[in-house]
Amino acid sequence: MGDGLANTAGHFFVTGDPLIIGSDVAIVLVSLGIVFVLTYFKKWKWLWREWLTTVDHKKIAIMYLLAAILMLFRGGVDAELMRTQLALPNMKFLSPEHYDQIFTTHGTIMILFMAMPFIFAMFNAVVPLQIGARDVAFPYLNAISFWLFFFGALLFNLSFVIGGSPDAGWTSYPPLTELQFDPGVGENYYLLALSISGIGTIATGVNFIATIIKMRAPGMTLMKMPLFTWAVLGTCIIILFVFPVLSVALALLLIDRLFGAHFFTMMYGGNPMQFINLFWIWGHPEVYIAVLPAFGIYSEVVSTFSQKKIFGYKSMVASIMAITIIGNLTWVHHFFTMGAGPAVNTFFSISTMAVAIPTGVKVFNWLMTMYRGRITLSLPMMWALAFIPNFALAGATGVWLAEAPTDYQYHNSYFLVAHFHQALIGGVVYGMLAGMYYWWPKMFGFKLKEKYGKWAFWFFNVGFYVCFMPQYILGLMGMQRRMYTYPADMHWTGLNFVSTIGAYLMGIGFLFIAVQIIHSLLHMEKDLTGDPWGGRTLEWALPSPPPHYNFAVIPHVTARDEWWERKRRGEQDAFLPRPEAIHDIHMPKNSGVPFLMGLCFFIAGFGFTFGWMVVGALGLLGVLACLAHRSLDQHPDHDIPAEEVRRTEAALGRL
Amino acid sequence: MHRSSRWKSITALMAGVGAALLTAGCGEEIRVFQPAGPVARSELQLIWLQMGLTAVVIIPVILLLAWIVIRYRNKPGNRAVYQPDFAESRTLEFIWWAIPIVIVGILGGVTLHKTYALAQSPQPDKTPLKIEVMSLNWKWLFFYPDQKIATVNYAEIPTDRPVQFVLTANGPMNAFWVPNLGGMQYTMPGMATSLWLQADQAGEYYGHGGNFTGPGFTQMQFRVVAKPESDFEAWVRQVANGAPDMSRGEYDKLVQPGTLGELSFSSYPDGIFEQTVMDEGGKYMEHDRKMLENMMSHS
Repeated sequence: MGDGLANTAGHFFVTGDPLIIGSDVAIVLVSLGIVFVLTYFKKWKWLWREWLTTVDHKKIAIMYLLAAILMLFRGGVDAELMRTQLALPNMKFLSPEHYDQIFTTHGTIMILFMAMPFIFAMFNAVVPLQIGARDVAFPYLNAISFWLFFFGALLFNLSFVIGGSPDAGWTSYPPLTELQFDPGVGENYYLLALSISGIGTIATGVNFIATIIKMRAPGMTLMKMPLFTWAVLGTCIIILFVFPVLSVALALLLIDRLFGAHFFTMMYGGNPMQFINLFWIWGHPEVYIAVLPAFGIYSEVVSTFSQKKIFGYKSMVASIMAITIIGNLTWVHHFFTMGAGPAVNTFFSISTMAVAIPTGVKVFNWLMTMYRGRITLSLPMMWALAFIPNFALAGATGVWLAEAPTDYQYHNSYFLVAHFHQALIGGVVYGMLAGMYYWWPKMFGFKLKEKYGKWAFWFFNVGFYVCFMPQYILGLMGMQRRMYTYPADMHWTGLNFVSTIGAYLMGIGFLFIAVQIIHSLLHMEKDLTGDPWGGRTLEWALPSPPPHYNFAVIPHVTARDEWWERKRRGEQDAFLPRPEAIHDIHMPKNSGVPFLMGLCFFIAGFGFTFGWMVVGALGLLGVLACLAHRSLDQHPDHDIPAEEVRRTEAALGRL
Repeated sequence: MHRSSRWKSITALMAGVGAALLTAGCGEEIRVFQPAGPVARSELQLIWLQMGLTAVVIIPVILLLAWIVIRYRNKPGNRAVYQPDFAESRTLEFIWWAIPIVIVGILGGVTLHKTYALAQSPQPDKTPLKIEVMSLNWKWLFFYPDQKIATVNYAEIPTDRPVQFVLTANGPMNAFWVPNLGGMQYTMPGMATSLWLQADQAGEYYGHGGNFTGPGFTQMQFRVVAKPESDFEAWVRQVANGAPDMSRGEYDKLVQPGTLGELSFSSYPDGIFEQTVMDEGGKYMEHDRKMLENMMSHS
């Protein structure tokens, strides 16, 4: 009995690997440190009132951003460990099993728990301000989305220390991920964590579509909407189409694993290929979900820092919508090599290449926006400029991969690895960093100092090319992705070594961003203008950070770059509220239920991961209780008295 | 001064990396660029075409970007034109909607042609050699249905003769890839897929699994040896006469997870490939059964 228990504990907690033990110690120490600081400074109440129960889109944005940066760190450490293992042939730094777990968690975290919260941070920070709204359409649901993401990410990261991480790749292809080949709990963690955060993502899609369609300020017709908001609309439409498909695929695979069904096994008529089909129906549009918001950010940044109207606005909108639609028709290119036949392969080759057309148009329009402008090389603009050559290359190699006959040679090799990192880093990460630097003063009320940011920029950019250009060649030399090592006689050593140096340079770049943020926090330079960059859209007409109701009086919009046009006509004061125009403001109440609902989902997810059906069921009951509470709540909102709004505006110097 | 030294160090670093890439690039180790047969050659032709056509767009984009950023910097005394409202030009926009459409059109046409061509034998007038390939955890098993021999982790083929690889998996999905001879195709349990390759130069070619199958995946390397028809016949005779038999028990042992070196067998259990496809799920699939019957019709 005692032996059995010890044995169970030994399987429950991941032990034995010094790297993991070191991390365990670090996790415990950091957690204790956080508890100590919160208790010592009596901040528990503050944490609960201001953050855990908030339904304010601006605070939710900050929490998303924080989570995204933490996950970028976690995924980045995974990357550095992998590159260290691959620096030289036959390295013993990581065991094959450990390496398999790390490439799986790296991919999953970077896409689902870094890129997604990063784009949601931008959605939340910007969209309501940009369209002249006081919050999103469903603020309570917005909080639920965040906490589902948060607890999904927590569940996924827990696998690292309890039970073991998933190890079949972020694509999780059966039959490798069926019980027969993968009996541990790692894969369950993957399925449940993604399912939970996926529900939150679908809700975010619904929320922002409703927000953008219904809550624009009077006068802001669709064709006067800022391009970032357009990009968010496109993104959310894709989310609504494809995330449910992922949820279904994950649920079916989970049912296979937990209840012995045969949707994707080889036996009893199951079909593993069907999972792959469903996975990519989500998986490829997911790339556009991540990159469209980045495109939106580039449009805002390039126009602002060139002091010029965006070139070809209508083409830009058409491109976003074209990508939204065509992006859903390309997924089969992920399995050209599965023998679907020449007709299918040709169709999806051409549909995939077709995405390059609107994308190319966007690049030319950004160039023409800068042409005859006045370009200021601030940090957001530097990242936007660095994006262009980077993404031009990623787009070109994307077209090469899109053609079935050559995809046969590129597929699953390091060529592919280099391509999608170039698209997702050069496109998405650069875009999110540009957006972070651009809207940081609006979100936090102070600017980030440029000095360390420039160091970060150069280390990260140079590091990027040093890391990934060699990988294109390694792919053409025959090196496959997901190999934990390689023989010395393949002539792969030099390029791998160079690539590892590049990865370290990128890591240093990331550290400089961290230094920059901490340094700027310590030597805070407040943004008192609310418009530090010479902005063009409504968010810059507000103080930084805006009061929690955003607009004391909802503005009337007459032009595309409303704020810019007003400033040009010397009408800055047009957006200052007149005291008599201020009325009571109807706002949602804070609530702890979204947090508790996330916690219940977490308990359910943890239970099902280990096959503890009772725990799982209790968690789901908790979820139902939270839903019931909300349905029975008669007063989910309140009014801010006009007098209080006047006081707040006066304190901000706006009355 | 400070600025120029920073640029110098960046330039030096870039030059170093470029040199490293170029020296690596000059070797014959870039297998995709060293085609040893018509399939790989046909794929390489398309690679050159796509590189050329995309370069038509990305090189001007990068040059234009550099020129614009230098010319329109927001510096005191910059006398370049500033037109904050210049935001539309039908002609220009027509041009950059049209250019990518034309390029995609050309590439699409070539893709259509080649995708169909690659699904056929590269030389339909010649009698092909058929090899059945099975990916296992974690090794490659090759059956020669007409020669009745089998090998593990290496295959020999005659030069100047098309080879049809019929692929399946007994285990998780993998992919069969010999970059010098041509692109890859998945091996999937319960299904049989087909890949045409041909070598017209004798030599030994590197092959590797293309889809992750677990901790032994990295070791799933194999060789394909191409030699003139007469030498190939001699090798077949040598294996048929000298190598041990593969019994059913031997096959079951091979299927167990593990890694192995190279092996040869003078015989194998009759119909084991077809039976594996059926047992691993093929029997449930009407469509698969038909496909398999078509592919196997000769044997």
